[in-house]
Amino acid sequence: MEAIIEYISINQQELYIFILAIFVGVEVISKVPTVLHTPLMSGSNALSGVVIVGSIIVLGKTDPSNYLALSLGFLAVLLATLNVVGGFAVTNRMLEMFKKKPGKK
Amino acid sequence: MILQIIDICYLIAVVLFIVGIKMMSHPDSARRGNSIALSGMILAILASFLTPGLDNLALILIAMVLGTIGGIYSAKTVQMTAMPQLVSFFNGMGGAAAALIGLVEYGDLPVDDIGKGAVLMSSLIIGSVSFSGSLIAMGKLQGVVKDIQINKILGFAVLAIAVALAGYILSSGAPQPILIYVLVLLSLIYGLMFVYPIGGADMPVVISLLNSLTGVTAATTGLLYDNKVMLMGGILVGSAGILLTLLMAKAMNRSVSNILFTSFGSSAGGAAAGVDGEQVAKEINAYDSSILMAYAKRVVIVPGYGLAVAQAQHAVHDLEKILEEKGVEVLYGIHPVAGRMPGHMNVLLAESDVPYDKLIEMDDMNEKLPNTDVVMVIGANDVVNPAANDDPSSPIYGMPILEVNRASNVIVIKRSMSSGYAGIQNALFFEPKTRMLFGDAKKVLNELVAEVKNM
Repeated sequence: MEAIIEYISINQQELYIFILAIFVGVEVISKVPTVLHTPLMSGSNALSGVVIVGSIIVLGKTDPSNYLALSLGFLAVLLATLNVVGGFAVTNRMLEMFKKKPGKK
Repeated sequence: MILQIIDICYLIAVVLFIVGIKMMSHPDSARRGNSIALSGMILAILASFLTPGLDNLALILIAMVLGTIGGIYSAKTVQMTAMPQLVSFFNGMGGAAAALIGLVEYGDLPVDDIGKGAVLMSSLIIGSVSFSGSLIAMGKLQGVVKDIQINKILGFAVLAIAVALAGYILSSGAPQPILIYVLVLLSLIYGLMFVYPIGGADMPVVISLLNSLTGVTAATTGLLYDNKVMLMGGILVGSAGILLTLLMAKAMNRSVSNILFTSFGSSAGGAAAGVDGEQVAKEINAYDSSILMAYAKRVVIVPGYGLAVAQAQHAVHDLEKILEEKGVEVLYGIHPVAGRMPGHMNVLLAESDVPYDKLIEMDDMNEKLPNTDVVMVIGANDVVNPAANDDPSSPIYGMPILEVNRASNVIVIKRSMSSGYAGIQNALFFEPKTRMLFGDAKKVLNELVAEVKNM
């Protein structure tokens, strides 16, 4: 119990961000039309690939002689990159259908 | 100095994420929003390379190049129809990455740091669930994985054991290099059991939920490193994902708890079939309808007696004009017996100066309907009832109809679910591509005009 309270008081700032971010997330997509549900899901999926930052740091800080940690970290960077790059690319393809119709009145 | 630069980059990246998602919730700005979010991501990645004491750079770069090639290749080559599977796959990869980070990091974590330990455990559990769940969801959409009934109590039991195990690992006060893998294994199994029993038609909602979970793991990983871009980005995805899940479930006329906990198995018709076997029609609001129409190439309006009752002939002409301004071709499909007298609709629409060449007779219109994006049925019922074509027991069987169910989307404006003049129920209302827009025709049309204008 003490450990939890201590953790909360040390990480106050993070907790504030945590809570405010929840409201921001709800607010920004509160009025989204049905046709955009799937692209938006795909786009936010690409954003969840932000975990790539963590995987870069973790692999970068791994002891080069620890092969198990090295291979796990390598895999983490690879999969996170797949998530980010693939996510944005596939979202872009979905959104191509909303391109302005050319030269039509 | 370098640390401050990293922090500023992360801050800018977070702002770009928020603006990007915001823009993605409107069709006109959606593509730009995606690019903005992407630029935020690139900035965050570049900044992470500045982290002091970063080693193994060659390995990192190799992994990123491989991931980039794989990601772009699969995104470019995937069939339009297979995109949801791919999104699910990518989402699983994100979850796996978070779980892997947790595994590596566990080796370095001091055993007495309970707070960080708990955060790490949740990263591991949620990341693993998201990974195995996403892969099953992908398999279901692909048709590779069949629906299997699994007792949900058994699933919760597995989850409970996983959580208890995590608690034990934390409180044991010693590194548990073997138990930590058992924990991952249990979480993976729970992910399978979580998604397995859910019907294939409900997969989009499940994927959205799993996507939200991946966001949460990104955030917990962020807590682990005191990294604000991961924390903020992850929570953003987590909460937006939950809301999106609710919205999607609503659009399919299902409730989330219904999908996750009560409904086992699925029918091919998916959302169209209600839980208790009763047919349920799907609703749409004016805002969504206006977007559907404004981005269509051709919209066909099928007026009926309801239009005359509501005196909505001027409102419908306004809608037609404003859609034409947006570059949409608008035509009227006139059924010979629409309304209460022959030519009723022609007279009515002529009154509001609808150009005569826009009024298309039934036979000509039926040829055009398969190439029509949106059909809007206003206060008509029997003249668009597919039972006239395919149900010999129906009293109107054999009556020629406007075959609106051959168009891509059908929006039906009606006051209620009551049946038409012939007193029979209309199967059209329950088709997967049909959406009901309830309300008085004139009022609804005015709302639509306002929405299209605002776009």
